[in-house]
Amino acid sequence: MSLALIRAAAHTSQTTATLQRVAVIAIAVIAFAVVFELVRRRALMERYALLWLLAAVVLLVLAIWRGLLTKLSSEVGIYTPVNALFAAGFVFVIVLLLHFSLVISRLSEQSKVLAQRLALLDEQVSDEPKDATSKSRGGAVGES
Amino acid sequence: MSRYLAIVPAHNEIGAIAATVAEIHAAAPDFDVLVIDDGSTDATAAAAAPAGARVVSLPFNVGVGAAVQCGYIYARIHGYEVAVQVDGDGQHDPRDIPRLLAALNAEADTHLVTGSRFLERGDGHRSTRARRVGIALFARLVFLLTGQRVTDPTSGFRMTDRVGIELFARDYPSDYPEVEAIVLAHTYALHTREVAVQMRPRLTGQSKISRSLSAYYLVKVLLAVLVSALRSHAQTETSPLSEPAP
Repeated sequence: MSLALIRAAAHTSQTTATLQRVAVIAIAVIAFAVVFELVRRRALMERYALLWLLAAVVLLVLAIWRGLLTKLSSEVGIYTPVNALFAAGFVFVIVLLLHFSLVISRLSEQSKVLAQRLALLDEQVSDEPKDATSKSRGGAVGES
Repeated sequence: MSRYLAIVPAHNEIGAIAATVAEIHAAAPDFDVLVIDDGSTDATAAAAAPAGARVVSLPFNVGVGAAVQCGYIYARIHGYEVAVQVDGDGQHDPRDIPRLLAALNAEADTHLVTGSRFLERGDGHRSTRARRVGIALFARLVFLLTGQRVTDPTSGFRMTDRVGIELFARDYPSDYPEVEAIVLAHTYALHTREVAVQMRPRLTGQSKISRSLSAYYLVKVLLAVLVSALRSHAQTETSPLSEPAP
């Protein structure tokens, strides 16, 4: 009786584990597809897509390769594999955010310089046509 | 073309800009007036031009620091010898400009003159108490970092010569630039002076530093000034001012 129960419990936990793996694989594949589609539509630059594709690949490898996560986490001395995953994900996200802050800072600096240049050129150009027309008019008067 | 330029940064100052430009022309006729329209959504640029100002319109709002820097770039390109910043909202009294110029020319090694509302006890417009405490804090910080006694570190009423124009055209702090600009000037060994002025209540518009933003302002400026002071060590050795002046 008790043996049967244990066996049933083991069976269900195995099924849920398989289900989880399928779910994770599905998520990784969907992430892959979404990133790919965004690049195809030119909504996402390859440079930034690579990071997300890398993340999806890591997820996929971990889902397919059973025991890799357990092995890796026990090697670094983390008892629960899922904690290793969270820790790695957390670090990944933090680094990514810092990277984006750098990119944004650079972009704001560039757009500031562009705005200044544009404004100064605009002022110069809006002065010039007047001179040009007055000159050509002057020339025409001189000829007649 | 004059040798002197008044840089007037303006963001949605349609109510005051024409009067400010006219006042500068009246009080300091030697100065060309350049209005930097910082992406105004009202007709600030259109109001400034008929008053006799040259207008440079930024395509979008870039902040007062970048707007002022744009003015210094203009001054550098067109070879102006002196540039003075005058706020577009009427806080700075253009009648003080000749006194700033006199102070700038009084000593050959003075490159930067700032109008201070705290140098002498006047009956002009004074800030709220909280703001004065903040200003005193900045003054203390500037003293610690540079050894300079500055009574009004947040004043944007500032005049500089060719040396300062070159520096600010190349490097000028963003967001809330006043305090940082003092430290920057010190970094490049620009000799500065203060002249007592009286500031007036603004004619229009809101202070850029509202109550909710003042904590952010305080922290941002503290960080910027500290970083700027740390940066100085790397840069003083290769100061562009050590090159022989043309």
